[in-house]
Amino acid sequence: MTNPQDAQVISRRDFLARAAKAGAAIAATGVIGYWLYDRTGPKAQTVTELVSLPDFSLSRVGPKMSIITGAERVRTIDRAFAALGGIEQFIKKGDRVLLKVNAAFASPPALCATAHPQLVGEVIRLCYLAGAAAVTVSDNPINDPQSCFRLTGIAEAVQTAGARLVLPQENYFKPTTVRDGTLIKNWPLLYEPFRGVNKLIGIAPVKDHHRSGASMSIKNWYGLMGGRRNVFHQDIHNIIKELAMLVSPTLVILDGTTTMISNGPTGGSLDDLKQTNTMIVSTDQVAADAFGATLLGKNAAALPFIAKAAAAGRGTADYESLKPARDHVD
Amino acid sequence: MNIITVRRISQIFFFVLFIWFCIVSSFGEKWWQLRGWPVNWILQLDPLVALGTILTTRTLYAGLAWALLTMVLTVLLGRFFCGWLCPFGTIHQFFGWIGRRRKKFAERVAANQYRPAQAIKYYLLIGLLTAAAGDVFADFLHVARQWPMIPGLVFAIGLAALSFLAIRKVVPNLKKAVGVLVSLVGAWLAVGMFLHPEALFGVSLQTGWLDPIPLIHRSVNLVLLPIVDAAMGIRSTSPRFYVGAWTIGAVFLAAVLLNFLVPRFYCRFICPLGALFAVLSGLALWRVGKREGKCTDCELCENNCEGACEPFEKIRSSECLLCMNCLDACQQAQMTYSTARSAAGEVSGPNISRRGFIISAVVGVTGVPMLRLSGLLGANWQPRVVRPPGALAEEQFLERCLKCGQCMRVCPTNVIQPAMAEAGLEGLWTPVLNFRVGTSGCQLNCVACGQICPTAAIRPLILDEKLGRNKFASAGPIRMGLAFVDRSRCLPWVMDKPCIVCQENCPLSPKAIYVQERFSTVRDGVLTVKDATPTSVELCGVAWIPGQFATGDYFCKPASGGDEERRQIVECTANAVTIAAAKPWRVAPAPGSRVEIQVHLQQPKVDPRVCTGCGICEHECPVSGLRAIRVTAENETRNRKHSLLL
Repeated sequence: MTNPQDAQVISRRDFLARAAKAGAAIAATGVIGYWLYDRTGPKAQTVTELVSLPDFSLSRVGPKMSIITGAERVRTIDRAFAALGGIEQFIKKGDRVLLKVNAAFASPPALCATAHPQLVGEVIRLCYLAGAAAVTVSDNPINDPQSCFRLTGIAEAVQTAGARLVLPQENYFKPTTVRDGTLIKNWPLLYEPFRGVNKLIGIAPVKDHHRSGASMSIKNWYGLMGGRRNVFHQDIHNIIKELAMLVSPTLVILDGTTTMISNGPTGGSLDDLKQTNTMIVSTDQVAADAFGATLLGKNAAALPFIAKAAAAGRGTADYESLKPARDHVD
Repeated sequence: MNIITVRRISQIFFFVLFIWFCIVSSFGEKWWQLRGWPVNWILQLDPLVALGTILTTRTLYAGLAWALLTMVLTVLLGRFFCGWLCPFGTIHQFFGWIGRRRKKFAERVAANQYRPAQAIKYYLLIGLLTAAAGDVFADFLHVARQWPMIPGLVFAIGLAALSFLAIRKVVPNLKKAVGVLVSLVGAWLAVGMFLHPEALFGVSLQTGWLDPIPLIHRSVNLVLLPIVDAAMGIRSTSPRFYVGAWTIGAVFLAAVLLNFLVPRFYCRFICPLGALFAVLSGLALWRVGKREGKCTDCELCENNCEGACEPFEKIRSSECLLCMNCLDACQQAQMTYSTARSAAGEVSGPNISRRGFIISAVVGVTGVPMLRLSGLLGANWQPRVVRPPGALAEEQFLERCLKCGQCMRVCPTNVIQPAMAEAGLEGLWTPVLNFRVGTSGCQLNCVACGQICPTAAIRPLILDEKLGRNKFASAGPIRMGLAFVDRSRCLPWVMDKPCIVCQENCPLSPKAIYVQERFSTVRDGVLTVKDATPTSVELCGVAWIPGQFATGDYFCKPASGGDEERRQIVECTANAVTIAAAKPWRVAPAPGSRVEIQVHLQQPKVDPRVCTGCGICEHECPVSGLRAIRVTAENETRNRKHSLLL
């Protein structure tokens, strides 16, 4: 109890001002509480914006393939395009081209575990020659990205040829879902390099792969995936099929100049390599891989992903039906 | 130009240079990346690094010879390193300045008074150096065992000297002095003769804990740059992570914030490098002091005194950091930097007691054997301590590692991490490989860590030696450890799931990981045939997900009896499987007979003769929590006792 004599004298004005402040504070608390009130709590999964890749293939050109033998990559790739009527058939003036190379491992070009820098450099040169406005090179490698691009010589080739190299960064990945697929659902895709691009070329070497039988053009798209993509190895043939469903390239270049016939896909020794002197350019990635299998001494029928991709309507395993242009350059 | 301005330019220059060296210690070929920049130069100028490693190894490794220059200049000029060069000191001076900006003159002068606690840094220095000097003590005692004549000789010479001094009345009490001599030489002989001196002492280089140069490298490399870089994303394409970096950051932050309590707190009370310079500066030819003349007792000289060396009274020369603020502040131009001693007198030499000296030496000498009672260097060695390629055997490693973090900084994959508890207290913040952090395992064609290591705790390997090629072929590759498949977690071993990501990613040729082929009957996979054609089998009582067994990894074969081989399943509906038309059944399974659905598994195994422990397999293993293949330090080349091979 307060003694009346001790009570402080309070003016009306002072009391009203303080009451107003207290009232405003209480009201603000109430308003903020009401505004932020969430009765249900967070949902089980947040819905994310999905991206999808456009169809980069050219229906105008139709299925085409060339198989050129020879030991010099620059010469065979030049001839391979010439045999298809020139790279101008595919790359027009002002096109913005993305080259998805295989730069998976931090190993030197001599070991042929990655796309060869000479080949990459020549393709960039051809693209610019055909009038391309911009050429971008990218991959999400398995080993450390900087080490991979540097040691494979691809970074230098890209720099010399005047293209742009895009190394993967976390925010470059956007989730995607493959239509009619079962594996690639809401999965991170290396999307940033595709912005503004209207032509896509895949460049991959022919390599042995113990799990899937072979690593060639279609499996090269694995390098567009992010996240802990290795879980898909549990169903390797279907994931390669879905990669074929995910990506419709303008064309693929399958480099069988030197084939890694054992200890793949990393290799690591010259003993793992065999000179097979073949360069393949194809608008049909399934046909390219079906032919590539022969360089490994395998039959396309022994590689279930080829039949699966063909059955999904992504190409034909019967590469001869494309009437490939064949030639040899010394 | 004003001396203060020159000092500030020097401080800013060396601070920027230091930050620049940290930035350019990055993998790459751009001009601002590793291009032969002398990124260890400031560490090499640090004489505590040189002295510590000389005590532990009795060698002066390559670039550490730069420390001789610092020592020579200190003997000539005094503690120029502290006031003009040390990047950590520059940070302290800056924050000290912020802290005292609004303070009154009297408060500032009070903050800059000498405190007896400034002797702590000397005790820390003594403790750290004696911990590093175990071998020196052991050798000293060893002399008594090997050549007992020598202690006798020392005794004789000592006795003669004391007698002479007693006659000259320098030694007042000959009896007491001889008593001390007898007991010292006696103890030397007794300990040397009857104990094993090598077993008494351990050698541990722990100066890096508090030595400001490794400390600031560690803090910038592992805490500040990763935070800044994650926000800017310029230097590295993916953010860098360092296990337990917060402990490094906490020490750094505490050291910086203590400047608000007392300016240059770390330099005045803690810094063992400063203490070493203080001892050396006793010899300095040039020194700060008062000249003869009229002092107005204004105390302006102590207003901004960085070292708390009391230039107003008898200057404590060993505490003077050569900040030169007193020279600038004195209105009468009384303060000088010259070869003459201060006219007001000097308190020279560190203010430490004999008792304190002995206590810190005893702590230093006994501390190491005490830490080693855990047995981490012997039977209790920790398999989680997987050291970078070329790291010395643990005991020699601990004689050299500064915990400076240069290797962790330069590692292109961020796989080298500071150890927390796994390597013991001695091994705190030393480099270990953690294959879950970073962008890959240890890259086959990389030797960056050993090339940058300023003390060769990680030897500077060349690629041929790391990979065991050419003239190193007979020695074989450097192994950091060995991968072990955890058969309780590996998908093909325990869950009937094909995988072998580890095998695929093994970078060696031939691969260290090979596979064992096996067909395993799936769960509920023995089934009764309802009907069959030459290329298909319809089964009773199943409701599969269509396509479930059509991945290319599943096969169908008669459960018993029949001599039919297993056939690959190419299509699968809810209750039937189709086999490849190219290879139909010779005799289709009869209705009512049993068939098995089998999965083709490749189960990984590791060849310990090939595996180098690079950990790429562990990094890539899809069992993303506790990996199903893990590298531990067994079989590491740096210690033959850890070998698994016969």
